[in-house]
Amino acid sequence: MKTKNIIIFSIISSLFLVSLISIWKILATLQGIKLDNLNFQVIFLLGFFISSAQAIIGNKLNFIFKLIIFSIIFIFIDGYLIQHMPIWYNIGVFLILYFFINKIKKFNKKILEEEYSTQIIIFDFLTLFGIVLFSFVILFPFYMMVVTSFKTQIALLVNPLDFSINFAQGFKDLFKSYFVIFKSYKFGKYILTSTIVSLGTVFITLIFAIPAAYAIARLNFFGKTFLSTSILIIYMFPAIVLVIPLYTVFSQLGLRNSIEGLLIVYTATTLPVAIYMLQGYFKSIPKELEEAAILDKLSWFGIITKIIIPLSIPAISSVALYVFMIAWNEFLFSLMFLDNPNSFTLSRAIQYLSGDAETPRQYLMAGSVIVTLPVLFIFVYFEKYLVSGLTAGSVKG
Amino acid sequence: MNDTLAKTEKKTAYILTLPAVFIVFAIVLFPIFANVWISFKEVELKDIRIPEPRAKKIVKYIPEDTTKIKILYKLRNSSLLQEIRDVTFQDKYPKNFQPIDLDKRCEFKKNKLKCKFGNWPAKYRENFQVIFETKDGSNVNKKEIKSIKPKLNGESDNILLNTKFTLKNFKKVLFENEFIDLLLTTFYYTFFGTVGSIVFGILTAQMVNQKFFGRTFMRSVLLFPYVAPVVALAYTWELLLDPNSGTLNTLLINYQIMETPINLLGQKYITVNILGFDFKLRLALTTVIIFEIWRYFPLAFLFILARLQAIPKELYEAADVDGASPFQKFFKITLPQITAVISILFMIRFIWNFNKFEDVFLLTGGASGTRTLPINVYQQGFAISDIGTGSAVSIVIVILLLLFMFFYFKLLGKRVDEN
Repeated sequence: MKTKNIIIFSIISSLFLVSLISIWKILATLQGIKLDNLNFQVIFLLGFFISSAQAIIGNKLNFIFKLIIFSIIFIFIDGYLIQHMPIWYNIGVFLILYFFINKIKKFNKKILEEEYSTQIIIFDFLTLFGIVLFSFVILFPFYMMVVTSFKTQIALLVNPLDFSINFAQGFKDLFKSYFVIFKSYKFGKYILTSTIVSLGTVFITLIFAIPAAYAIARLNFFGKTFLSTSILIIYMFPAIVLVIPLYTVFSQLGLRNSIEGLLIVYTATTLPVAIYMLQGYFKSIPKELEEAAILDKLSWFGIITKIIIPLSIPAISSVALYVFMIAWNEFLFSLMFLDNPNSFTLSRAIQYLSGDAETPRQYLMAGSVIVTLPVLFIFVYFEKYLVSGLTAGSVKG
Repeated sequence: MNDTLAKTEKKTAYILTLPAVFIVFAIVLFPIFANVWISFKEVELKDIRIPEPRAKKIVKYIPEDTTKIKILYKLRNSSLLQEIRDVTFQDKYPKNFQPIDLDKRCEFKKNKLKCKFGNWPAKYRENFQVIFETKDGSNVNKKEIKSIKPKLNGESDNILLNTKFTLKNFKKVLFENEFIDLLLTTFYYTFFGTVGSIVFGILTAQMVNQKFFGRTFMRSVLLFPYVAPVVALAYTWELLLDPNSGTLNTLLINYQIMETPINLLGQKYITVNILGFDFKLRLALTTVIIFEIWRYFPLAFLFILARLQAIPKELYEAADVDGASPFQKFFKITLPQITAVISILFMIRFIWNFNKFEDVFLLTGGASGTRTLPINVYQQGFAISDIGTGSAVSIVIVILLLLFMFFYFKLLGKRVDEN
C-alpha cells in the first residue's frame, strides 16, 4: 500500500515536472537555442527519482540541502551530459526545480499513508498543471503576435522559430512595421474611424438606454413585462440573420459605406444589453430619493439627470466600457457594410490587408497588436467593474 | 387624482421607452420579417441597386465662334435589367445663355433647361446635344458650365416590392448543396464547441477557486481570448498553424514528433489509427472547434466560478467530517450545485455557436469541410450573390433555433418539475 502510493505520487509529480520543463524548453528553442529533442523520458525518470527520494527521505534533510543536491543532479544530466546549455537556461531550470521541490516538500511517507492521499495528489497537481498549461496556451498566441510584429520578413522566413527580439537595432527598425502600416496603409485613419464609431455607439446607446431602463425599472405601464422579456430574447437573436435584409435596405438608402449606418446597427444591437444591465442597477437605488424629488415637482427629465445618473455612475461607466468593447471588436457588420477603404474600421482594415497574399505577416500582426491593445488595456485596468458585468452576460460572442 | 397620476406615469413611460424600442425593432425585428419576404423572391445582388437615370455632361467649344458652345449629355439607364419610367431632366445655365434649336422634348425657362424623356428601357443610351449662345456676345467659361450637374429623376419598379413569389430558393437550399452535410457540420461545430468550452470552463473554474499566488492575475489572463478582437486572434492562429512556416509545425518537426508538416486549417480529413482501426477525422473542422473552445471557454469559466464562490463552505466542511474523498466532494457537492448554471450556459453557448460566423470565416472561409449554416448565408448571398437563397438559409437558421429553444425549454421545464 505504501509503495503503491509513493509510486503514484512520483508518477503524477514527475509528469507535472515534465510539463514545466517542456514549456521552458519550447521557450528556450524559440530564443534560438538548438534543441531537437524534448527528452521526455529522461526528464520523467529524473522527476520520478526526485519525487520518490523526497517521499522516502521526507523532512529529515534540510530543504536547501535537498534543493541543491537535486538540482545539481538534474542540471548536470539535462544541461551538461545530454546537451550543453547556456547559463540562463540552467538558471531557469533551477528556478523551476525550486518551485517544484517547494511544492512537493509537504509530501512524505506519513502523508502518503493517509486515506485518499492519491486523490488529494491528483487534485493538487491537476490544479498546478492546469494553471501552468492554461497560462501558456492562452498567452502564447498573444506573445507570438507581439514578437512577429517586431520582426522582418527575411528573419521570419529564415528561422520561424527565432522569437528573440533584437533590441539593439534601434527604435526605428524595431517599430518598422508599425511605421509602415501607419504610412502606407493609412492605419491612422482606420483608428480614427474605429474610435469615432465606438465612442459614438457608446454615446447614442446611453442616451437611448438610460431613459428606457429607468422606465422599466420604476414606472408601471402596460406591456412592461413583455418589453423586458423581449429585450432578453432579442439579445439572443443571431446577427447573421439580420445581415441580408439590412444590406438590401442600406444599399437602397445609400447607408452602406457610411459611419452613420454602422452607428445605427451597433446602437440597435447593443441597446438590449445596455438596458438590461442598467435597469438591474436602477432597481437597487432606493425609491425614497425619487419620492422626495417628485414632491419637489421635478420632471422625469430632472429625476433622471439629477438623481439617477449621479447615483449610478459606476454602472453607467461599466456599460459604457462594454458597449465600447463590443463596437470596437465588431467584425460581421463592418465586413458586410463597408467595401470602400476610406470608411474602413480597424477590424475590417486588417481583414482587407490579409486578403492580399503579398502583405507581409509582420504588418498583419502589427495591425492586430494595435486593434487588441486598447481592449486588453481597458479590460485589465477596469477588470473589477467588468467581470461582474460579464457574468450578467453582457458581451455577446 | 391617483388616476391622473397613473396616466401621466404611463405616458412618461412610453415617451422614455419608445425611442429605444423603435430603433431595436427597426434594426432587429424588421429584418427577421424582411427575411421571410426576401426568401420567397428571386433576387440577386445586382437587383438591389435601384435603376437610376444618369447623365454625363460634356462641354465642347465651337472652334470658330467663342460665343457659342456645344453641350453633350450622355444619357443612360444604369440598370441592365429594368426600365425607368417618366424620366425628367433639369440643368441650370448662367443668366446670359440662350439655346439654339432646342429638342422638342425640352423647354428653356428662367435659365433652366427642363426635359421630359419619357420611358427608358433597360440598357438605354442616348447622346443628347444642345447648342447655346450668349445673349450679349461675351465669351463662354467652360469650367463654370461644367461645375453645374444636371438632375435626373425617374420611376422604376423595385424588384423587392413586387408580389412575385417563388419556392425556388427553399428548393435550392434543401435539395441542392449537400444540405445534410451542411447541417451535420454545423451540428458538430456547435455541439463540440459548446461541450468543450463548458468542460474547460469547469476545469479552470475549479482551478481558480483554490487559493494560490497570482490568482487575480490568472483570472484576467483566462479572459483574454474572450475580450480580444476576433480578427487579431484568428490571424494569429492562422500564422501559428501555417503549414509552411508556422510556429507549431516547425516546432513539432524540430522536436521530431512529426516528419512532414500538416495543414491544420486546409486539410479536410486526416486518418487516425486508434487500436488498429482507421478513423477518418475531420481535421480542419476539429481545428476550428479547438479555436472556438479556446476563445469561448472563458465565458463558461466566469459563470461557473461565480457559482462556485457562492457554494456555502459548510457543505464541504460537513463532507470533510464525514471523511469524503476529493472526488466524492466534486461529484456529490460541486457538480449538483453548478448544474443549473451549466444548463443555462449550454443554451446560451449553443445558440451563439450555432450562429457563429466570424471565427470560421476568418480561419478557413468555409473551405475544407468547415462550411456551417451562417457561412452558407454569406456564400449564397454575397459570394454567389443570390440574395434570395441567402435569405432562405437565414430562415432555416431561425426555424432550427426556435425548434432547439422549444425542445430545450420543454426538457428543462420537465426536469425542474421533477426536482
